[in-house]
Amino acid sequence: MSGVTPEGALPPTPSQTVGPYFSFGLEWDDGPFAVPEGTPGAIRLEGRLFDGLGHPVKDALIETWQADPDGRFAHPDDPRGAVEWDSFRGFARVPVDDDGHWSILTLKPGPVPGPRGSIQAPHVAVSVLARGVLTRLATRIYFGDEEEANAADPVLSSLRGGEAERRTLIAVAVEGGYRLDIHLQGPDETVFFAI
Amino acid sequence: MATHGNNEVDDKGEGGTREHRHAVERRAEPGAVSPLWAGPGEGLIVPGYRRDHEKVDPPGDFPAYRGTISRHPKRPLVPIPDMLTEVTGPLLGEDRVGESDHDLTVDAAGGEAQGQKMLLHGRVLDGDGRPIRNTLVEIWQANAAGRYWHAWDNHPAPLDPHFEGVGRCMTDDQGRYRFITIRPGSYPWGNHFNAWRPAHIHFSLFGRAFTQRLVTQMYFPGDPMFDHDPIFNSVREAADRARLIANFDWEATTPEWALGYRFDIVLRGRESTPFEEQDS
Ligand SMILES: [Fe+2]
Repeated sequence: MSGVTPEGALPPTPSQTVGPYFSFGLEWDDGPFAVPEGTPGAIRLEGRLFDGLGHPVKDALIETWQADPDGRFAHPDDPRGAVEWDSFRGFARVPVDDDGHWSILTLKPGPVPGPRGSIQAPHVAVSVLARGVLTRLATRIYFGDEEEANAADPVLSSLRGGEAERRTLIAVAVEGGYRLDIHLQGPDETVFFAI
Repeated sequence: MATHGNNEVDDKGEGGTREHRHAVERRAEPGAVSPLWAGPGEGLIVPGYRRDHEKVDPPGDFPAYRGTISRHPKRPLVPIPDMLTEVTGPLLGEDRVGESDHDLTVDAAGGEAQGQKMLLHGRVLDGDGRPIRNTLVEIWQANAAGRYWHAWDNHPAPLDPHFEGVGRCMTDDQGRYRFITIRPGSYPWGNHFNAWRPAHIHFSLFGRAFTQRLVTQMYFPGDPMFDHDPIFNSVREAADRARLIANFDWEATTPEWALGYRFDIVLRGRESTPFEEQDS
């Protein structure tokens, strides 16, 4: 059964913190670019990362994974078949700077089919890895100008904390892209998911 | 991570697994399970991944490791089922890996690193023992003196100009990886009085799905710092901690050259049938 390692199966290797000294190992020159600079339609997705004291976190790694503008994934487990968009990686990885700021260049994803015939609003899956974070934290970023799609999104509408919780997941449109701060703790604590 | 902090057993599930339902109940309104869990209906069905990592992963809140105090979410994680975004993930390829990236002991100019050479190898498997082929393995570590190639590391141990401490490779068709490196030293950190980390190598793995992403640390057998290290001990069960410790490997030990160590990594296995436990 789910949650229990079945008889004869292998339990997973436990997680440990990424620690403070990862950047020389995990920082890639092209990490922040899910698409190359100059790609038509590219958007900047950015924000800052804060701890429970309201201080910027400066030793964290943000990773993103998302569908392409058609809502499809370049992956064989997408049952509709993998598609490749020209030079679109779907994945980005960027360490935060000393102000906790991070920024990636990507394409806006399309809507993605969800359970029971639902349609998920365009969203980006996010991992937060940091010193003091023992297990990767998973959250999502939605887009503020997709009001109708967001209202129908099965994940957003399943949140019991209502608007206050939804707000922590919805990026606002800014010049050239979208912006959302992530709060690990505190009054504006971001919704993190058990996946 | 409230769902991680609890091992209560309640196996009589109806609708949702025990972890999922448990977490939902802790959140609010007992019994009111999110419609996300109600069953497959006619939507797009994707086989998900087992949630057995929740029992082995450390809790978010582990105050002995001071860094967690203001960095763990205080509200329970919100369980969502594996959907398309979660069961897919970046399949990063060979283009990320240079020809000698698996050998950390020789720098670009041919200079040799200080320290005890080791041949570190193992397999990346899923929870059903199947090899995860052609997946990127990234490692980074301190040098033999316990110093990182990082501007913030001010431990007054010598830097080794020939050891950067970063390695990458792809697993082969049996899920095998192999690095040549040196054994890292222990290093002090400011967590508590006289705090030293057990010697360790950091690992980063992607597997094939966003759900399988794993960042962890590998330790060495018999390290005297084990009892004093809150990061290692944040994994609650001894049997689970044991799976973070490499095995000395006599077979891989090479005369006049390097000690062998073996470290196998298991990423979450797949649900055998999607939604099989749900009764709708
Ligand atoms: Fe470390």
